Amino acid sequence: MAGESNKILNDFTQTEYKYGFVTEIEMEMAPKGLNEEIIRYISAKKNEPEFLLEFRLKAFRYWLTMKEPHWANIKYPVINFQDIIYYAAPKKKKQIGSLDEVDPELLATFNKLGISLAEQKKLSGVAVDAVMDSISVKTTFTETLSKQGIIFCSFSEAVQKHPDLVKQYMGSVVPYTDNYFGALNSAVFTDGSFCYIPKGVRCPVELSTYFRINAANTGQFERTLIIAEEGSYVSYMEGCTAPQRDEHQLHAAIVEIIAMKDAEVKYSTVQNWYPGNKQGKGGVFNFVTKRGICKGNNSKISWTQVETGSAITWKYPSCILLGDNSVGEFYSVAVTNNQQQADTGTKMTHLGKNTRSTIISKGISAGMGNNSYRGLVRISKNAVNSRNYSQCDSLLLGDQCGAHTFPYIEVGNKSSIVEHEATTSKISEDQLFYCQQRGIGMESAIGLIVNGYAKEVLNKLPMEFAVEAQKLLSISLEGSVG
Amino acid sequence: MLLSIKNLHASVNGKEILKGIDLEVNNGEVHAIMGPNGTGKSTLAAVIAGREMFEVTEGRVEYKDKNLLEVPVEERAREGIFLGFQYPVEIPGVSITNFLRTAVNEVRKSRGLDPMSGGEFLKMMEEKKKLVEIHSNLTNRSVNEGFSGGEKKKNEIFQMAMLEPTLAILDETDSGLDIDALKIVANGVNKLRTKENAFIVITHYQRLLEYIIPDFVHVLFEGKIVKSGKKELAIELEAKGYDWIRKENE
Repeated sequence: MAGESNKILNDFTQTEYKYGFVTEIEMEMAPKGLNEEIIRYISAKKNEPEFLLEFRLKAFRYWLTMKEPHWANIKYPVINFQDIIYYAAPKKKKQIGSLDEVDPELLATFNKLGISLAEQKKLSGVAVDAVMDSISVKTTFTETLSKQGIIFCSFSEAVQKHPDLVKQYMGSVVPYTDNYFGALNSAVFTDGSFCYIPKGVRCPVELSTYFRINAANTGQFERTLIIAEEGSYVSYMEGCTAPQRDEHQLHAAIVEIIAMKDAEVKYSTVQNWYPGNKQGKGGVFNFVTKRGICKGNNSKISWTQVETGSAITWKYPSCILLGDNSVGEFYSVAVTNNQQQADTGTKMTHLGKNTRSTIISKGISAGMGNNSYRGLVRISKNAVNSRNYSQCDSLLLGDQCGAHTFPYIEVGNKSSIVEHEATTSKISEDQLFYCQQRGIGMESAIGLIVNGYAKEVLNKLPMEFAVEAQKLLSISLEGSVG
Repeated sequence: MLLSIKNLHASVNGKEILKGIDLEVNNGEVHAIMGPNGTGKSTLAAVIAGREMFEVTEGRVEYKDKNLLEVPVEERAREGIFLGFQYPVEIPGVSITNFLRTAVNEVRKSRGLDPMSGGEFLKMMEEKKKLVEIHSNLTNRSVNEGFSGGEKKKNEIFQMAMLEPTLAILDETDSGLDIDALKIVANGVNKLRTKENAFIVITHYQRLLEYIIPDFVHVLFEGKIVKSGKKELAIELEAKGYDWIRKENE
């Protein structure tokens, strides 16, 4: 009974966005606008080698020739790229040698976010590289990891200490010519994570990064590069929060993953950027290019994401399955509530023989949210005996939200198998009544049912993230309007 | 008196189903409600449980001396009302353990108690499983997902054992069960009977009532209770069939 369900779903009050606070730290900012001068300024500030400045400039010049794409199923106000500050870094007083020397205000921010670096180091065994706007705070665990030859540091630090690796691999998976926002990122990227796992090494800890967008009008252009040499393994987690803002904040990131023969990379994301208020004002624009290449035979790349934030989400974590027998996976839960919009999915490109890909996408739409899955499964002529399984499910809460699916399937040989399933459902009134009749309140009932719906994806997350993700799902649906 | 229903009228979609029900249930009693299909048995169960889909147009329902009709569903449950569903719904991805733990802790919260620890809860589950003869693997699965009819009904009894209600309404718990499953379900119910709680057992057939011996039997026909008696009434009904009731009420 639509009327009744809607009434039930209407009876919530929206909770305040929990992470809406700003850190009052002295910021060092570039003037607004985007031109070659600003790019040289950024490069100089970061003391970059010549090749990187060249890369940026080439990308910027190319970007100028490109047109902003508008094919996605999302509507947003025109972005004025000149009205953005492209560099903001907290003023460092001196070189940071240990945690004791980190700006105490910064540390306080991390504590508010729930990541006490010291605690992390002692208890969970997770190495944390906390990115504060455009600068990375000292990475913990560097010493422990480096004993095994593992490099885990900020992108900026990698540029200084491992320029050869950066030069070799940066842009090899996502060239600056790839797409509009990729080109922009390639020109103005500020920082991110760099990870290198040497041959045969299994990284013993989950690597993790937290991001924040802090100063007004700063876009966040992070750049992450993960290289897994032959036979290695790494699990990487990315979690994001952002403060409440009235102006839209642009977030155009690039993540590149290279997996060599027999290597495996797991990349997990829990994204909670400010989604805008109920009227659709404010909120982060999240335009991201994430791509991994299974370069060697038997390699594997797995993307798992829980996206609950951002006013606009536009991202397609993808895999290029070049090596024979390589495996690509994509597990996603995307929530759109109130006025959020998402056009997200994946591209699995099968080039090698016997390659396999799995896509499980769970969309949850509530309020007036608009959720689109867009996926491409492309099996080339030579990718014989390949297999793909795709499952796209949409859950609609209320009758004002939207769910759309745009699957593209291109199969170039006769020996491969592609399976695609899709379902659309609502939380049934029967399910809600069943829960309530056991004494479970409406809020908890919806949380239970939605988490059950998303379970297949949540199970793929590392334990640390899974708990946060479950809470996040429930919280993000509070105030869902019927 | 635990439950008092006076002249209850209820409709769904504008159509009146209950046309003046009177019923009194005391602590420690088992009442059976029988009747042909479509007479309002499940509607009565749903109305007592508080399903909003049904509109109460007239009458009073008092539970523990308070007006029940003003109380929302989940609070009725927390006050100790349990409905064993005729067609238990599936909740994919939600394990029975997780489901019941949420339920138990919400009830405790409403009584100002702390949530049960994981260990305590699992211990309670093991106890109750033994009590109602439920297999371990049943509880690891998602609520009712892929369950056979019999398994769903056993799961309802198991939940009842876990939630320890004061008033349990079993809506055709015996339908779709073979004789062995029926005995297990009946045994479970019998083991849970106390002097404080009460049961309303809704059934078509007399057979269940050979195992769950009722104190009172009522016949529901076209929205009203037209006949009441002791357990012998069920046997008489079995012998004469519902036509007997129809003829008497023409």
